[in-house]
Amino acid sequence: MTGDPDTSQDILHDIRLGHADRGFVGKIIRLDALVTGSSLSPQELEQRLVEMGFVEGARVEILHEGTIRRDPIAVRVDNITIALRRSEAMAVIVE
Amino acid sequence: MTTASLRLALVGAPNTGKTSLFNSLTGSRQKVANYPGVTVERKSGGFVTPEGRSVTVLDLPGTYSLRGRSPDEEITRDIVLGRFDGEAVPDLMLCVADATNLRLTLRLVLELKRVGRPMMLVLNMIDIARRRGVTIDLDRMSQELGLPIVTSVAVRKGGVDELLKRTDEFLAKSHEAAASEWTTPTIADLKAAQREADRIIAAVVTLPTKPDTLTNRIDSVVLHPVWGLVILAVILFVMFQAVFTWAQPAMELLSDGFAALGQLIHDLMPAGWGLLQSFLQNGLISGVGSVIVFLPQIIIIFLFILLLEDFGYMARAAFLMDRIMGGAGLHGRAFIPLLSSFACAIPGIMATRVIDNRRDRLTTILIAPLMTCSARIPVYTLIISAFVPATTLWGFVNLQGLVMFGLYAAGITSALTVSAIAKFFLWRDHAPAPFMLELPDYKMPRLRSIAIGVFTRAKMFLYRAGTTILSMMVLIWFLASFPQAPAGAEGPAINYSFAAMIGHALEPLLRPIGFNWQIAVALIPGMAAREVAVAALGTVYSIEGGKEAADQIGQVLAQKWTLATALSLLVWYIFAPQCASTLAVIRRETGGAKWMVVTFIYMLALAYAASFLTFNLAQALGLH
Repeated sequence: MTGDPDTSQDILHDIRLGHADRGFVGKIIRLDALVTGSSLSPQELEQRLVEMGFVEGARVEILHEGTIRRDPIAVRVDNITIALRRSEAMAVIVE
Repeated sequence: MTTASLRLALVGAPNTGKTSLFNSLTGSRQKVANYPGVTVERKSGGFVTPEGRSVTVLDLPGTYSLRGRSPDEEITRDIVLGRFDGEAVPDLMLCVADATNLRLTLRLVLELKRVGRPMMLVLNMIDIARRRGVTIDLDRMSQELGLPIVTSVAVRKGGVDELLKRTDEFLAKSHEAAASEWTTPTIADLKAAQREADRIIAAVVTLPTKPDTLTNRIDSVVLHPVWGLVILAVILFVMFQAVFTWAQPAMELLSDGFAALGQLIHDLMPAGWGLLQSFLQNGLISGVGSVIVFLPQIIIIFLFILLLEDFGYMARAAFLMDRIMGGAGLHGRAFIPLLSSFACAIPGIMATRVIDNRRDRLTTILIAPLMTCSARIPVYTLIISAFVPATTLWGFVNLQGLVMFGLYAAGITSALTVSAIAKFFLWRDHAPAPFMLELPDYKMPRLRSIAIGVFTRAKMFLYRAGTTILSMMVLIWFLASFPQAPAGAEGPAINYSFAAMIGHALEPLLRPIGFNWQIAVALIPGMAAREVAVAALGTVYSIEGGKEAADQIGQVLAQKWTLATALSLLVWYIFAPQCASTLAVIRRETGGAKWMVVTFIYMLALAYAASFLTFNLAQALGLH
């Protein structure tokens, strides 16, 4: 999943929002929509995430999880709440 | 320029209270139609400013950007850019923002500014923002954005006074539109715009020291993996019990009223006018009356849907249902269209436009007519009250309500099954579409806005009762009355009519599922609209058995049908594609006859098979 060579800093403390648990609080470092389970093209996915407020520097917190496989998740992005599936949240790199 | 009336357009992101503002500006002076060539709802209305200028308002579909990802969003984009045929470019755009949540709207404002048209920013729900301790430096914000700003509380009386005043001020001056600099934004543009919006917000908005936690506290229960689903089930259960029990007194009142009216007309007419008398009493009044009786139920179901939507619960329901519906090959967003289909499949199918993946949308359209729409309620109610005793189980559950609940459950189950099958056979190698939805903060439902919404729906229903259903009733009465029985003929007059001929011709086809020729007669006009079948049964049986029967269709049915036939008809109604308007909408929405034909055939096949099973099973069990 994280075979990208220039993401070596991921090993330190960067994680994908799609992997985070409920209660996670962090900051968006960047968007990387190349390798996700989403059916959208990387460009379209990134555009939609930006439109919903997922931009670098935004504070994110996972507030709620769905019943089945803890999916989808409700994420507080600064002061709005967005529901999305974990497969799309994989594009959001957080620390 | 001295145009007769100013053209105003409301534009904004979803959940900004745009529709409430529209309602509060125009009140009940609204017109709901479709944009030409597409099935996007066009909501327009009008009002007069304090200085006496007349203004027309267009409520554009909500959007996060002008990229135009769905047909709705394309409409907004094209009208804003002035390239929509047959729609004049608005003189003034009102960009509506939720004052408690400016991030997404401000980015849209920055994008709209590039279009160069005269624009005003309306900070709606300013009361909630102030109560939460959010302070906004309006002058500074207006300066930063280079736009006039008005605050409003769309839901309160007088909450739009300032907006009206400013509209007058705007009209007093002349305005030039600048050339549009708008181009489809790239990711870099979007990010830059968001950064700029965030910079402005940081400069002018002071957030409270203690953030609002009420929404979060409610959500920790409502979105709880277990309790959330329990609450959803309880809400749906209460909704259907309410439709069945709360509406009862009003329905009885209406039904008695129409019976009395029919009798009055009957008594007032001279004795020799038998045919006209029969037409007015049996064809017109009892026919239309038997459909209008269901108005209380339609009001209740729309009241629930609009309340839940306004409260902010609908998006939560989509969140809870996403994975569950995903198991059946459906998108979480399909939940709202499908829930609307409980009122009527037509708005439900039209609401599928929120699903931007074509295959997800087609699946939803395909199964929307299986959701128990309000037009089935008349048929269900009639048969249930005739054949199911009104006993109470376990002290609080009404048996009739339980059967009703069962019919709804059967509709939902079959819809999910059809969807799963469609997913498996039609688009096996199709990856699931994304689910991304804003969960708005909870808000107290805006009663006036809801009242207007319910009123608009009730009006649409009555309009249908007054046009389609009325003309159908006249047709059925004609078919059931002509040719008249020859003098000295044996048996009821209807046995000699066209209706009987059609019914008898269809009977061999329907006999295996337990239908007699009277049901066959009622099903023909029932193709136009399901509820017409009730009135048609009334006509068929009342003309057959004399005028007393019209008042007591249920009692007559209980005598003339076996329980097996009644059950078979109930099951038939779960599946049968008996609604010409739904089929027409499917054709329009899918852009061709193919999916309409698919829907019609699969539903008819399901109906016949299920009724066949039910009837034969019931007979084998000895339910006569």
